[in-house]
Amino acid sequence: MQLPDAELLLAMLAEKIRPLLGGHVALVGIHSGGAWIAERLHAMLDGEVPHGTLDISFYRDDFEQRGLHPQVKPSHIPFDVEGCHIILIDDVLYTGRTIRGAMNELFDYGRPAKITLAVLVDRGGREMPVEAQIVGTVFELPPHQSLELLRDDAGKFSFKLHENP
Amino acid sequence: MPQNPQLNKNGELQHLLSIEGLSKDILRHILDTAESFTGVSEREVKKVPLLRGKTVCNIFFENSTRTRTTFEIAAKRLSADVVSLNVNSSSQSKGETILDTVDNLTAMHADMFVVRHSQSGAAHFIARHVAPHIHVINAGDGRHAHPTQGLLDVFTIRRYKPDMHNLRIAIVGDLLHSRVARSEIHALTTLGVPEVRVIAPKTLLPECVDRMGVQVYHDMREGLKGVDVVMMLRLQNERMSGALLSSAQEYFKCYGLTQEKLALAKPDAIVMHPGPMNRGVEIDSAVADGAQSVILPQVTYGIAVRMAVMSILAGNTE
Repeated sequence: MQLPDAELLLAMLAEKIRPLLGGHVALVGIHSGGAWIAERLHAMLDGEVPHGTLDISFYRDDFEQRGLHPQVKPSHIPFDVEGCHIILIDDVLYTGRTIRGAMNELFDYGRPAKITLAVLVDRGGREMPVEAQIVGTVFELPPHQSLELLRDDAGKFSFKLHENP
Repeated sequence: MPQNPQLNKNGELQHLLSIEGLSKDILRHILDTAESFTGVSEREVKKVPLLRGKTVCNIFFENSTRTRTTFEIAAKRLSADVVSLNVNSSSQSKGETILDTVDNLTAMHADMFVVRHSQSGAAHFIARHVAPHIHVINAGDGRHAHPTQGLLDVFTIRRYKPDMHNLRIAIVGDLLHSRVARSEIHALTTLGVPEVRVIAPKTLLPECVDRMGVQVYHDMREGLKGVDVVMMLRLQNERMSGALLSSAQEYFKCYGLTQEKLALAKPDAIVMHPGPMNRGVEIDSAVADGAQSVILPQVTYGIAVRMAVMSILAGNTE
């Protein structure tokens, strides 16, 4: 199976996000893939747009079943969320539960004026009424497979397909 | 070997009773998680929803203001409901046993107990008794352990001196009665600190102290030379029975931390104290309030560390 070209999708995402910049706008990447993408986009765009990261471990809805993730990273939001247009970035959109957690967390920093969701890949399989406004590509996968974003030593992205146990 | 009573069948932390017996990985997981929680306390909304719907009971059979308050704030920042009981002033004075108190709170659907007691082993005793879905945290038992204090001290050290493998740390004062010191020593040696010194008069050292992997000094000036961290202990007046010391003044002269003695440590050494401080007995005010003191940051970090412990325990149910 031909997997999506992550670098190509990143360039497309950058072009779709560019017209939204200016004013009180910020990029927020969801740990870890989304945070890598936000970092690259920050460099590819004007380099001045504020950017932050979210680790949604404290907001997951499966904490009761799975406990706390063994590697929680600190969230880092170095700008005022109040009244900000936030471009929320993730690598793969699946059930929508991560996005729900991320939005809950963002609201604990303040009331954003607007949240736009941008993802490299929409793989279908939604369990929440969540849709992305900016999508690199739609690449539907069955539940027993998952797509992982990888980053090599040079910082280049690629996708890897996993068979879930 | 009997199973560690703190761990569940999967080897995950079910109760936090003492640092002794916990692996480096578990300690690091707690410290790394606490790192993420420090950011939560700086936000507009200082809360996360992890313990929403859970009830945490602080049962304090022995007085404490700081520990109880920070546990209470930690639980509330995790969105738990919190009940704090000073048992010495209620049921126990009417003759109720510890386990009856615990059973009654369990009947009220408590999910987690934070226990302080003057008897060593009290938290272990409760942990053995409770149902498998309930978690117990030791908030200080007799002379035995005070694991969250040990963890917050290590967390504070790591924040100021991230390279733990290159540190020289001195613990000064009443080690004989200190559960804090025992927990600190276990945490520091487990995390790979190469040199831990204890500085105290012979009468305030436990007999087996040299078996804990520390270097013993009786002369404070000698012991402070070149250290990165000075951890002062409170002189436990209320525990003092018999003539272990001649006088508080004499103690201050030999073992009180002054600017002049602190100058023997490294110039960037940090000064810590678990509180409450006896100013003018174990520490001079000029040092306690000085530029090298991190005594108040210890209190702030105590909240993040307790949030980390509670959320890790709450997520580890068999």
